[in-house]
Amino acid sequence: MSKDNQILEDLTSKEYEHGWSVKMEADEAPIGLNESIIRWISTKKEEPQWLLDWRLKAYKTWENMTEPTWANVHYPKIDLQSLVFYSAPKQAKKTKNLDEVDPQLLEIYKRLGISLNEQKRLEGVAVDVVLDSVSVATTFKDTLGKLGIIFCSFSEAVKEHPELIKKYLGSVVPMTDNYYAALNSAVFSDGSFCYIPKGVRCPMELSTYFRINAANTGQFERTLIVAEDESYVSYLEGCTAPQRDENQLHAAVVEIYAGAHAEVKYSTVQNWFPGDKNGKGGIFNFVTKRGICAGDHSKISWTQVETGSAVTWKYPSCILKGDYSIGEFYSVAVTNNYQQADTGTKMIHIGKNTKSRIVSKGISAGKSQNSYRGQVQVMKRATNARNFSQCDSLLMGDRCGAHTFPYIDINNPTAKVEHEATTSKIGEDQIFYCNQRGISTEDAVALIVNGYAKEVLNQLPMEFAVEAQKLLALTLEGSVG
Amino acid sequence: MLSIKNLHASIEGTPILRGINLEVKAGEVHAIMGPNGSGKSTLASVLAGREEYEVTEGEVIFKGKNLLDLAPEDRAREGVFLAFQYPVEIPGVSSTNFLRTAVNQVREYRGQEPLDAVKFLTMMKEKMKLVEIDQKLLSRSLNEGFSGGEKKRNEIFQMAMLEPTLSILDETDSGLDIDALRIVSNGVNQLKSDKTATIVVTHYQRLLDYIVPDFVHVLYKGRIVKSGTKELAMELEEKGYDWIKEAVDSEATV
Repeated sequence: MSKDNQILEDLTSKEYEHGWSVKMEADEAPIGLNESIIRWISTKKEEPQWLLDWRLKAYKTWENMTEPTWANVHYPKIDLQSLVFYSAPKQAKKTKNLDEVDPQLLEIYKRLGISLNEQKRLEGVAVDVVLDSVSVATTFKDTLGKLGIIFCSFSEAVKEHPELIKKYLGSVVPMTDNYYAALNSAVFSDGSFCYIPKGVRCPMELSTYFRINAANTGQFERTLIVAEDESYVSYLEGCTAPQRDENQLHAAVVEIYAGAHAEVKYSTVQNWFPGDKNGKGGIFNFVTKRGICAGDHSKISWTQVETGSAVTWKYPSCILKGDYSIGEFYSVAVTNNYQQADTGTKMIHIGKNTKSRIVSKGISAGKSQNSYRGQVQVMKRATNARNFSQCDSLLMGDRCGAHTFPYIDINNPTAKVEHEATTSKIGEDQIFYCNQRGISTEDAVALIVNGYAKEVLNQLPMEFAVEAQKLLALTLEGSVG
Repeated sequence: MLSIKNLHASIEGTPILRGINLEVKAGEVHAIMGPNGSGKSTLASVLAGREEYEVTEGEVIFKGKNLLDLAPEDRAREGVFLAFQYPVEIPGVSSTNFLRTAVNQVREYRGQEPLDAVKFLTMMKEKMKLVEIDQKLLSRSLNEGFSGGEKKRNEIFQMAMLEPTLSILDETDSGLDIDALRIVSNGVNQLKSDKTATIVVTHYQRLLDYIVPDFVHVLYKGRIVKSGTKELAMELEEKGYDWIKEAVDSEATV
């Protein structure tokens, strides 16, 4: 008991490591949101008419929608009219060669620990960096190009591969899907596009790094991944944001399409600024991520490590349409101080013999609230559908909360659905045991937490797993006395 | 090496230790025996620095330092090792990973370079022989699903890896069959030197056939009420604790 209290008293909270911003001249849209802002963005990006029409339609839809309130999160109403919906660093002229990239930008990446030069040398990682709203440089394009793989910024894809964008944009997450998805569809600024042709196995991890730099900007990026039949790709997304007092909005949309026998692995390490220890500032992260296993025997696997954001609202989902298709969701969500996370997944079984697996590990510390919300839906014709869900919660201290909201909806009697849930506390016994072997309390917590999350961390590609481990430790630093 | 003077400790206001005095020199093995509830495990826990226990009086000097002033991890780094009666499970953390973290933190405290993976594994292989422990066990989650014997062997293996100056074995014999007892004791004996000391906390004389003590102390109601040599342990085995209890209790009532 005494220790529990102390845990909380000592919640000094580690200062956010990526809390800096570089002053750059930015090309910004006027403040607020209306039709002319959307036209402004579209013009700025030299978009074709069809895309502007699409945006405007989304905007009309959005205007008639209301913000969802069912999630177990509480935050002041966001004044969208005070936000800047588009911000591009001025120096960001498209560059083919990394040497032409603004040295100031390179400096940012270096401080993020992902210097492109370094990344270039790192075997097998191609990076598309999105800073605020514009994709600045894409590496490895040539190597990928030879295989017919397209990996570029979304704006570039609109210009160079309009037929693909037209075909797939909004096909998995319709603009009418939800409030934030509609908002994103109206004002999205940039993002990444990735196309793997039939039968091609992408030889390297594709990676995007998002970072919000300018103050008062919402970041609305859009990612579209198309994996044609019998192809494979592993995609990594990392996020950071500078520290600011006010809240910043992030409402992204990710769509994944997997053809027959195709496999897409999507990994996220999210480290947006979570607000300070008093709950001031931080990112509102309202993201819609969904994949469709369109072809038979296809597979989509989501892995996420969520350590940041003041409020997270995010449910990477799989529509298992093809027979024998597989959906997976592996998640570690850590909340500390006043953070709130409502995250989970949806597995929608439509095809026969479809399988899904959900492993969710929540870790709550401080005064944070951590909710798992998951839906497993088995449709009428989904004979022999199987699902296994495991939801574990780990509590640190006695002022945080862990909640589990599983929804199961079965319309076919052959379905087999299993749900397991556990709640545990980091034991004083465990910490003392580590201490007695000479391990400091901070390191003991890191060790225990990483052990707890191991099943999920194991799903991450090597470099990411190491970063994720460090992040977990960093997020919880100072949370135990 | 270790000097305990008039040590009093309580848990949630209830006094458990009521004035322990004990001197342990390098090269010695001390056995602490006594009936259930006499405070044996409390003494071990207080020396290791478990927080639930409050030291209300007395002092403990270890290698010239006031042990009670040190955090549990610093006591460990100074060379105090406690082999737990009930080793704790840490899911998802392999023994190897756990020990490497521990060994390197101890080394850092002592101003030594951390061991790289190769050196660490070489050291592990060498020490594994001491307690006849299987490599497979060490790649599993720490203590999770281990049998009682495996847990105790793993404790002694950790002791071998951390090379402590003072080892406290808290009822290491409980839950061990005769073969495991022999293996564990062998390990402890091989680790003994004229620079290290061992405190063996036990109920039974059985363990002391293997780990031969230089001194035997009987703890009762939070005090050491009788001290002797290994013959005292034999006597206790034969006669039980009642005669000691009676002697102490009658003295108290007089």
